[in-house]
Amino acid sequence: MNSTPGSSVGTQRVKRGLAEMLKGGVIMDVVNAEQAKIAEDAGACAVMALERVPADIRRDGGVSRMSDPSMIEGIQAAVHIPVMAKVRIGHFVEAQIIQALGVDFIDESEVLTPADEKHHIDKFAFTVPFVCGATNLGEALRRVSEGACMIRSKGEAGTGDIVEAVRHLRSILGDIRKITQADEAELFEWAKQLQAPLPLVQEIAETGKFPVPIFCAGGIATPADAALAMQLGAEAVFVGSGIFKSDDPAPRAKAIVEATTHFRDPEVLVRVSRGLGAPMTGINMDEINQTQRFAQRGW
Amino acid sequence: MRGLRVNLRIGVLALQGAFAAHCECLASVGVEPVEVRSPAQLESVQALLMPGGESSTMSQLLESSGLFPAIANRLSAGMPTFGTCAGMILLASEILDGRSDQHSFSAIDISVRRNAFGRQVDSFESSISTPIGEFHGVFIRAPRIERVGANVEVIGTLGEEPVLVRQGNVLAASFHPELTGDARLHEYFVTTVSNMRKV
Repeated sequence: MNSTPGSSVGTQRVKRGLAEMLKGGVIMDVVNAEQAKIAEDAGACAVMALERVPADIRRDGGVSRMSDPSMIEGIQAAVHIPVMAKVRIGHFVEAQIIQALGVDFIDESEVLTPADEKHHIDKFAFTVPFVCGATNLGEALRRVSEGACMIRSKGEAGTGDIVEAVRHLRSILGDIRKITQADEAELFEWAKQLQAPLPLVQEIAETGKFPVPIFCAGGIATPADAALAMQLGAEAVFVGSGIFKSDDPAPRAKAIVEATTHFRDPEVLVRVSRGLGAPMTGINMDEINQTQRFAQRGW
Repeated sequence: MRGLRVNLRIGVLALQGAFAAHCECLASVGVEPVEVRSPAQLESVQALLMPGGESSTMSQLLESSGLFPAIANRLSAGMPTFGTCAGMILLASEILDGRSDQHSFSAIDISVRRNAFGRQVDSFESSISTPIGEFHGVFIRAPRIERVGANVEVIGTLGEEPVLVRQGNVLAASFHPELTGDARLHEYFVTTVSNMRKV
């Protein structure tokens, strides 16, 4: 739409810029236009358009793929806020289709069935920015080296159990803190240990922070969960099944938005935690055997 | 970096959006930024920066936090304010293509169209001309200034189009000066605030 000479689209700065704009916000999973409107009304900063929320993907089993383009278009037409959509790990053609739809952010997601056992998508080849999941700092940096503009914890989507996301955030952010204390020689060892590119490890040591925003995803079901993720150092949160699998989605969505903004203010957290009805029932992580865990997808 | 300007407290509205990047820019010109999420925090600052992000999300949080009337009062009392992208939308007198329930402060007489430059795949960076020099502007799902009131001064243009405007103590940009590491516009805003305090 812009025709000014000398202007450029799809640069890393422009792509990372949108991730910057989503900070302090809540990105909500929605399966239709009606839910997307509820999410926007509640103050979501973006919606993730998908056919089934992770809790249902987990229940149904089978191969899980990108959503139908008309379903995504229906959601784009319903809201003003950015619309994200998921593609399978390594499935660059799904990503080409999603980009052509004009989606604002692509999630190369372990929640869908991986399409490639070795390779993630070359994300530099796209104009649209990508977010990828990570369980530890090495994985997070490998995704950045492939062009990811935002990293989120993987958590364990569809469980309503925050424990995995907490583990991932602590691991990623804890190692960042250690790297900022390391000397030059130790950075080589860090890069080797993390199986991550040395220049990115050096960048963390120099700037004291991760190259792109780090968000929390997986298992957030309550305002307290969102505030926990933020206090641990996440810069925004994704809520998947936690809203539309609860008793009363609209007030819960609004409460999680407020809790994410006022994450250090216990008085606000008390107010927004009151009378929300039952959260999603959830699945305790101990009840899921290793082969059914999404977080192990991706490498 | 300049020496620390200890007497200056500039707030950054931190309800949602790119507030962290603005705080870094303010720090780089020697001002200690104050994150503002409540009316009490607003009282402690002399000026306010309103960042980009989602204007509809911020509108909701402005209401629930009680900040909407508090900021409106300060604006009418002349508080220097700088809004970028969504922050500009919140300051505008008219929002086109916004949500029907979306409020704004009407602190600068412009009409802005939300997301007028298109979706994220149309977001771009480009050079902007201003009387204080060329700037590199990053436009993210940017709003467009479609009408400029008689009392509004256009101080930055992208081609022919206004992208940086000022009315009294209120400054508004449709792009993101906080994403380039060039803090000259923050310096310009901070200077405006310091000059005002001397009067």
